[in-house]
Amino acid sequence: MLAYTLKRIGLGLLILTFVMVAMYAAVFLVPGDPATVALGPRATPELKRMLTERMGLDQPVWWQIVEFFRNALTGNLGYDVWSNRPVSTLVMEALPNTLILGLTALAAALLIGVPLGCLSVVKRGTIADAVIGVLSVSVIAVPSFVVAIYSLLVFAVALRWLPAIGAGEAGDFASQARALILPAFAIAFGWIGYIARMVRASMMEVMGEPHIRTARSFGLPEWKIVSKYALRIAIIPTISLVAVGLGSILSSAVFVEAVFARPGIGKLITDAVNTRNYPVVMGTVLIMTAIYVSITIAADLLIAKLDPRGRDVFRG
Amino acid sequence: MSSAAEASGTYPDRQRFPLLGALLADPFTCIALVLVVGFLVTALLAPWLAPYSPTKIDVLHKLQAPSAAHWFGTDHLGRDLLSRIVYGARTALMIAIVSVAIAGMIGLLLGIVAGYGPRWLDGLLVLVFDSLNSLPMIMFALAIITVLGAGTGTLIVVIAATSFPSYARLIRAQTLARRTSDYLLAGRLMAASAARIVFIPLLPNVVGPLIILLSMDIPVVIMVEAGLSFLGLGVRPPTPSWGSILYDGYTSIRAAPYMVVFGGLPLVLATLGFTFLGEGLRDYLDPRLQAGEPS
Repeated sequence: MLAYTLKRIGLGLLILTFVMVAMYAAVFLVPGDPATVALGPRATPELKRMLTERMGLDQPVWWQIVEFFRNALTGNLGYDVWSNRPVSTLVMEALPNTLILGLTALAAALLIGVPLGCLSVVKRGTIADAVIGVLSVSVIAVPSFVVAIYSLLVFAVALRWLPAIGAGEAGDFASQARALILPAFAIAFGWIGYIARMVRASMMEVMGEPHIRTARSFGLPEWKIVSKYALRIAIIPTISLVAVGLGSILSSAVFVEAVFARPGIGKLITDAVNTRNYPVVMGTVLIMTAIYVSITIAADLLIAKLDPRGRDVFRG
Repeated sequence: MSSAAEASGTYPDRQRFPLLGALLADPFTCIALVLVVGFLVTALLAPWLAPYSPTKIDVLHKLQAPSAAHWFGTDHLGRDLLSRIVYGARTALMIAIVSVAIAGMIGLLLGIVAGYGPRWLDGLLVLVFDSLNSLPMIMFALAIITVLGAGTGTLIVVIAATSFPSYARLIRAQTLARRTSDYLLAGRLMAASAARIVFIPLLPNVVGPLIILLSMDIPVVIMVEAGLSFLGLGVRPPTPSWGSILYDGYTSIRAAPYMVVFGGLPLVLATLGFTFLGEGLRDYLDPRLQAGEPS
């Protein structure tokens, strides 16, 4: 288990290094220097020189890379080209909003999706099962930003039940919660179907196993067999799926934050991309990749621990 | 006798198009097929189907509600929404085919190199594929757009760069599985060059599964194009794209809600069509495969 853990962490660090070197290389492979690109064609030479110095572009490339990593290790990710605020501060301000959004969406998707999947299994072969099946496939397909816009149109513009933009008043929990409902729903929408489908599929496999037959021979009711004995094993593939899917939840968050003008990582980075704010883009990409890679590793380790069938491998 | 009957093709119960028959038997797949064919026809015949030019600005008639003259209404610049959506299908299909073809080509090349080339190169390439695959895609895509600037060309680079690793992995696995096959051994025994072995017996044998995967990725790419264009990081105006049409609608959501309604519809219909068609094909070809992640 220890060797496996170390191997996964090592690979994760390697990936992070690879990403940053690749990004630096890309910036310098492109014709035209970043300062000119950021300022546009009508910038004065003084302005250009100032920005070049501030971005450290007058140093040799290898020195910039070394410098970037040394700073990143001490938590300094450089400065916003326009506002001159530290990138780490910008990211830390935006991160909680995105994390709350992603986790709420994920929790909602699990709370609705897992019971739906179980219901499908209990009622397998009936109309209810078929309806859940078709609905699951349909909702998976629709992109989150389309769901976001349609829900914005219906619930915020037409019915005026919920706020259309922002993340709510600071310090006011009720207003923040209200502002969270529509964005979280837009992200969760597709995941409800996906999770329901996964739970159903992996549970149908589990239902044929001997311990389920034993439970059934004891005369336990079907819903109890499903929720207590089958779900325990069937949930494992779902966990790994959710971990792998965090990347797609993150990308949904980028679009959904753009629709609801929610101040999070998505809005931070799209604004930075639009204004070619290299330090902000690179800092955000580095932090988000680090978070994403660590969650993937944690999930892999969790799965190795959870699966009662896999556990003995590590003990033995 | 039986071989003679087979050769003359006189089996009475034999279907001429077994796949089509199987697909049309399921009502959902049937509707999906109609949607997908509708999308392809719209994309190909856009100039003949669109009632107006998709870029003709007519500010006097801006933000008009749907009418007999403009079935889906007009946008904030007075452009006919229906025409823009029809041409948007063409943009979506063009970008999807070009970028998937490029990604497939890179994946094919690197996959064969990894699977058939020296061991150290294989290890290095697998590390590259795995690193790219374990990145959050959206961050990778936004990083590329920052460097190259938004536009159709960048969009194609982004899609190719984010999707080729999974194609390369597939081709690598296919190549490794065939590496020790008799027909490659025969080629080597005849002292054929590595290039000859790769192109003549190997390539046709590994390319089949790739083509299936590529065609299944077309709807995914359509969504990526629409999403990035919605953010203003994809296709540049005034080229009509479903994503930018939706964005135009979003900015005038209070004044002209019909723009958002009609702007999102083609995306919903196209995704549903491709997904249910994929489901139908999957049930027919391989019942064990699973559907992809939500987009």
